[in-house]
Amino acid sequence: MARSVTPRRKLINTTIAWAIGLLIFFPILWTILTSFKTEAQAIAAPPIFLGFEWTLENYRVVLERSDYARFLWNSIIIAGLSTLIGVAIAVPAAWSMAFVPSKRTKDILLWMLSTKMLPAVGVLYPIYLIFIELGLLDSRAGLVVVLMLINLPIIVWMLYTYFKEIPGEILEAARMDGATLPQELLYVLTPMAIPGIASTMLLNFILAWNEAFWTLNLTAVNAAPLTAFIASYSSPEGLFFAKLSAASTMAIAPILILGWFSQKQLVRGLTFGAVK
Amino acid sequence: MGQIQLKQVTKSFGDVQVIPPLDLTIQDGEFTVFVGPSGCGKSTLLRLIAGLEDISSGHIEIDGKDATDLVPAKRGLAMVFQSYALYPHMSVRKNIAFPLRMAKMDPAEIDRRVNAAAEVLNLAAYIDRRPGQLSGGQRQRVAIGRAIVREPSAFLFDEPLSNLDAALRVGMRMEISELHKKLKTTMVYVTHDQVEAMTMADKIVVLQAGVIEQVGSPLELYRRPRNTFVAGFIGSPKMNLISGEEAAKHDAATIGIRPEHIDVVESGGTWQGTVGVAEHLGSDTFFHIHNTGLTEMITVRAIGDINLTHGDTIHLNPRMNELHRFDAQGLRID
Repeated sequence: MARSVTPRRKLINTTIAWAIGLLIFFPILWTILTSFKTEAQAIAAPPIFLGFEWTLENYRVVLERSDYARFLWNSIIIAGLSTLIGVAIAVPAAWSMAFVPSKRTKDILLWMLSTKMLPAVGVLYPIYLIFIELGLLDSRAGLVVVLMLINLPIIVWMLYTYFKEIPGEILEAARMDGATLPQELLYVLTPMAIPGIASTMLLNFILAWNEAFWTLNLTAVNAAPLTAFIASYSSPEGLFFAKLSAASTMAIAPILILGWFSQKQLVRGLTFGAVK
Repeated sequence: MGQIQLKQVTKSFGDVQVIPPLDLTIQDGEFTVFVGPSGCGKSTLLRLIAGLEDISSGHIEIDGKDATDLVPAKRGLAMVFQSYALYPHMSVRKNIAFPLRMAKMDPAEIDRRVNAAAEVLNLAAYIDRRPGQLSGGQRQRVAIGRAIVREPSAFLFDEPLSNLDAALRVGMRMEISELHKKLKTTMVYVTHDQVEAMTMADKIVVLQAGVIEQVGSPLELYRRPRNTFVAGFIGSPKMNLISGEEAAKHDAATIGIRPEHIDVVESGGTWQGTVGVAEHLGSDTFFHIHNTGLTEMITVRAIGDINLTHGDTIHLNPRMNELHRFDAQGLRID
């Protein structure tokens, strides 16, 4: 029996949902608002919510002081390449796990995911030393490799769940119909898995874009992405909240816009298999 | 041509042998049905013929040529799956054309064949729709269309009707039978439904635990089941199998009598019992009878117009010339 929802209940539910949504979004909203305040208004007590003089001064200063475009470009390269390479490695891996599973497939999947439970700082030293040894410190290539590797378990898991949803009989039908393995992948599996691959790439891009621990620890100038750009505005004196907020807003804006436009795809991707 | 020969074929999954050594010949143009309870290995056997599973030992020959190591596409067989296995992102036309495209056939010829198949299967009106927009029956027709266009030497059907509702199933059953009459191509059909097997097959292969229990025409199997398993499996309602004293009277370990071979009489029958359930179908009445002293329950098929219900005493006369006798191993005694 379907549950009936009274208009009153619906109103209450909607209000609660909005309240929670706003609560989660509030820090971002506050950051954006602060970026339009003067430094004095930014630290005013009690805090000013909307009744301040809007100014673009912070953005002007930030753009003048740092090379935003370079940070942005680094972020795009690092997030983009680590995603592409990750997916290229994960598709065959997830494929074989989903369609030709072995006795240990489940164990391998769990083991891969368990690496995500290890605190990143635990391997900072060895990785830092390896980076020095290989001359990868402050290089985009080094960061691409690291971010690709730390997100790989998630990519494999997501693609695996997607591929699991594709009935094996369809691939067998393709085989009976004379498709070779590459044709089977190209004409049957990929078109059916495109929504899954797309949302996996999207999520991974966002994760890589927002990653701060490794980007801050392994870069200095040349390869520094937008996370480093934000960090450069936090000072021990803590007097530049407005500028820090402007830098943060500029750093999160691209990914926020991307996320906004692709939210349907993302939600579908993350709940795939859970609901049909 | 479409003769399929299995020679000493076995299949094991790990340490478990699901098909012990098995020999079988399917003649060209024959409609062969593999039937048996779930888990009897009938689908596995079909997949071995298709090449979707590798055999563990033995040989498979198609039209006299060794096909044991051929990939599925090279065996010249077409398969219709239980779930239809249509490509959801392609239109009906593209689904049917897919095997021809893979064979790099001339586009004009592809068009000609797809249109011909659509015509035969009444799919012309849906040719540009996607599978998701079709009913179960239409989807099954598309799957059959995809198989027909390849002009295979044999069709393999893996329980193709089990996802359809009862009414549609009867209709599709006849369509497939008619298709076989028209194409005269070998068809191998897997089902657990003995009614499907009886109505469609030229030859039925009854399987249990990977072992062929009997091969024969539907009527052969009905009239002369080789053992108690086949006797109980073929025929609906099931044959009554009686052992003990009553069987001993006939020099057998078990005797079998079909529900339709027991007559209901007013009084003084050979057997008598109490009606447990009476199923009135209009044309027939099925009685499930207890307290006969023979076995737990006896099923009898009587005329439709009979007035006995739960709790009534019923008198029965088995037709002795229709009695089947089996020895202690369950094998038929002639």
